[in-house]
Amino acid sequence: MAIADLLGGFADALTPVNLLFALLGVLLGTAVGVLPGIGPAMTVALLLPATYVLEPTSALIMFAGIYYGGMYGGSTTSILLNTPGESASIMTALEGNKMAKAGRGSAALATAAIGSFVAGTIATLLLALVAPTLVQVAINVTTADYFALAVLAFVAVASVLGSSPLRGLAALCLGLYLGLVGTDVLSGQERFTLGIPQLSDGIDVVVVAVALFAVGEALYVASRLRKGSVQVIDHKGSWMTRDDWRRSWKPWLRGTAYGFPFGVMPAGGAEIPTFLSYATEKKLTKHPEEFGHGAIEGVAGPEAANNASAAGVLVPLLTLGIPTSATAAIILAAFQGYGIQPGPTLLTTEGPLVWALIASLFIGNAMLLVLNLPLVGLWVKLLRIPRPYLYAGILTFASLGSFAVNADPLDLVILLALGLLGFAMRRFGWPVAPAVIGLILGPIAETNLRRALAISDGDLSVLVDSWFSRVVLALALLALVGPVVLRAVRGRRATPAEVDQAQEEDREVQKAANREGWGA
Amino acid sequence: MSVVVVGYVPHARGRAALEHAVLEAHRRDALLVVVNSSRGDALVDEEFLRGDQLRALHDELTASGLRTEVRQPVRGRDVAEELADACRETDAELLVIGLRKRSAVGKLLMGSAAQRILLDVDCPVLGVKTPPHEA
Repeated sequence: MAIADLLGGFADALTPVNLLFALLGVLLGTAVGVLPGIGPAMTVALLLPATYVLEPTSALIMFAGIYYGGMYGGSTTSILLNTPGESASIMTALEGNKMAKAGRGSAALATAAIGSFVAGTIATLLLALVAPTLVQVAINVTTADYFALAVLAFVAVASVLGSSPLRGLAALCLGLYLGLVGTDVLSGQERFTLGIPQLSDGIDVVVVAVALFAVGEALYVASRLRKGSVQVIDHKGSWMTRDDWRRSWKPWLRGTAYGFPFGVMPAGGAEIPTFLSYATEKKLTKHPEEFGHGAIEGVAGPEAANNASAAGVLVPLLTLGIPTSATAAIILAAFQGYGIQPGPTLLTTEGPLVWALIASLFIGNAMLLVLNLPLVGLWVKLLRIPRPYLYAGILTFASLGSFAVNADPLDLVILLALGLLGFAMRRFGWPVAPAVIGLILGPIAETNLRRALAISDGDLSVLVDSWFSRVVLALALLALVGPVVLRAVRGRRATPAEVDQAQEEDREVQKAANREGWGA
Repeated sequence: MSVVVVGYVPHARGRAALEHAVLEAHRRDALLVVVNSSRGDALVDEEFLRGDQLRALHDELTASGLRTEVRQPVRGRDVAEELADACRETDAELLVIGLRKRSAVGKLLMGSAAQRILLDVDCPVLGVKTPPHEA
C-alpha cells in the first residue's frame, strides 16, 4: 500500500523539472549549511515569496533538498573549521575537527557524508512506513488532543533549544504573541492591531521569519565583523580505509536508531540525539584513547543521528501538522501559503504531493552523496566571500521578499523592527526557533483550543477528558519540570570529577555555540 | 635605526618579496617589519598566517639573524592602508612588496593593490616579481 504510493511519488518526483528543483535545493542547502549563521530555516523563509508562483510540488521538493542539504553542509564546516554551521553539528565538530587536524580530514568528511546518506535513507524509509499508520491514529485525534500535542511541542522545543529553558520559553511567548496579532477568526475581534488596518490580517509569517533569521543575523554579524578569520584545515589524507569502514557502520546504524525517534517526538530537533549518539560511541568504542583526539566513531554516529532526526521531524509535520523544528515550521507555513492545511487529512487529500515529497527526499539524499565529496573544495571557497557582500545580498533578498508578499511598505517597517528584535535575541542568547514555532503553531493551537471549549461549553475539563491528552499533557509537564528537577537532584549527587567533566563538555559546546549561535 | 617593511602573503610572490626584503635589511642593517594583514571580513582568509605557517615564518626570520617584527593587523582595512600605516609609523626607509601579473580587465574589475600602495606610501617602494618558474 505505502510502497505503491511511494512508487507513484517517485514517478512525480523524477520529472526533469522536479529533478532540477531537487538539484537546486540540495546545492542551495549545502551552501547555506556550510556558511555559519545561515541555516535552512532562513533560506526557506527567504525563498517562500519567490516560490508562490511555482507548483507546490516543485517548491516543496526544493525545500526538502534545502533541508537535507543544510545537514550535509553543516558537517563540512564543523570538520574543516571547527565552526558548526548549525547547532546539530556541534558534536561532529568535537571529533571531526581533531581528525582533520591529524591529517584525516578526507576520512572524516567521507564517514560524515556516507553516514548521513545511510541514516537519511533508512530514516526516510521509516518515514514512508510510519506515516500512513500514524495517520490512521491521528485521524481520531480530537481538538482537545491536538491542543495537548501543540502544548507538548511548545514546551519541548522551548526547554530543549537554546542555552536555558527560561530563554526558550521567553522566545516562545514572543512568537505566540506575534501570532495573536490580527483578527480573531472565531469572533472577528481585532487583537493587538494598534488600529493599523494592514495589521488586521496579521503579520505575515514570511516577514517575521525573515526578520528574525535574516535581518537579525545580518545585524549581529555586522556588530562583530572585526573578530578576525578562522583557519580552514586542508581536507587531505587518505580516504576511508577498511578499518574506518569497519569502525563506522555500527555507529551509523546506532545514530540512526537515536535520531529518528527523537526527530519524531516533539522534542526539538537534532541536538539531543547527536549528543546521545556521541556519548554512546564514546562508551562502546574499542579505542577509548582516541576520543578527544579524532575518533572516527565520534563523527559517524552524531552525523547519522543528525540526518535521521531530520527525517523524523517530517513525521509529526506530515501526519499531525505539528512542526518541531524551525525549518519544519517554515515548511508548514509554505503549505499554508499554497492553501494546504497539514494535519491528519493531508495524506488523504494531498497524497500525491506528500509522496512526491518523500520520494524527493530519497533523490536529494543520493544527490548529496554524489555532490558533496567531490565539491568540498568549492564549498570551502564559499567561506572566503567577504561577509559584507554576503549579508548585503541577504538583506536585499529579505527586503524584496517581504515587500513582495503584500506589496505593502508597512511590511518593510515591520521587517526592520522585528529585525532589531532578532538582533537583540541573538545578542542575549534567546533561541529564534521557539519564536518561529510559536508564531506558526500558535494560531493553530488556539483554534483547536477554542473549538474544544466551544463544544464543551467552556468547560475546561474537556482538555483532560481523553487518556491521549492526559498522557501528552503529563509529558509536557515532564519536559518543563524535568530539567529543573534533574539539575537539582544531580547537583547533590554528582562527584566533583563528574561535575568538572560535565562542565568541560558544556564549555566546549558553549564555545561552539557562542561562536556561531544557535541557529535553526 | 633604519626600518625595512615587507608585505607578506603565503604565496610565491610573498616569498619573493620576503627574500629580497631580508637581503635589503642585511644590506642596510635594518629592523625588518613583516606585515601580514587581513580585512577580517570573510570567515576564512587563506592569506592570513596562522598556526604552522606563522611558526615557520618566525623560525625563518630567526634563522636570518636579523632583528625582526611580525605584525598581523585585522582592522577591516585593506592591505594598501595597512602597509602605508606601518611605513608611516616606523618611519621606514624602504617598503618591499610582491607583484603579480594582472590583465587590464582584471585590474579594472579588482583594482590593483600594488598601484594603490605605490601612490599611498611615502617611502621608496621595491616591487619584486614572482620568478617565472615559480608562478
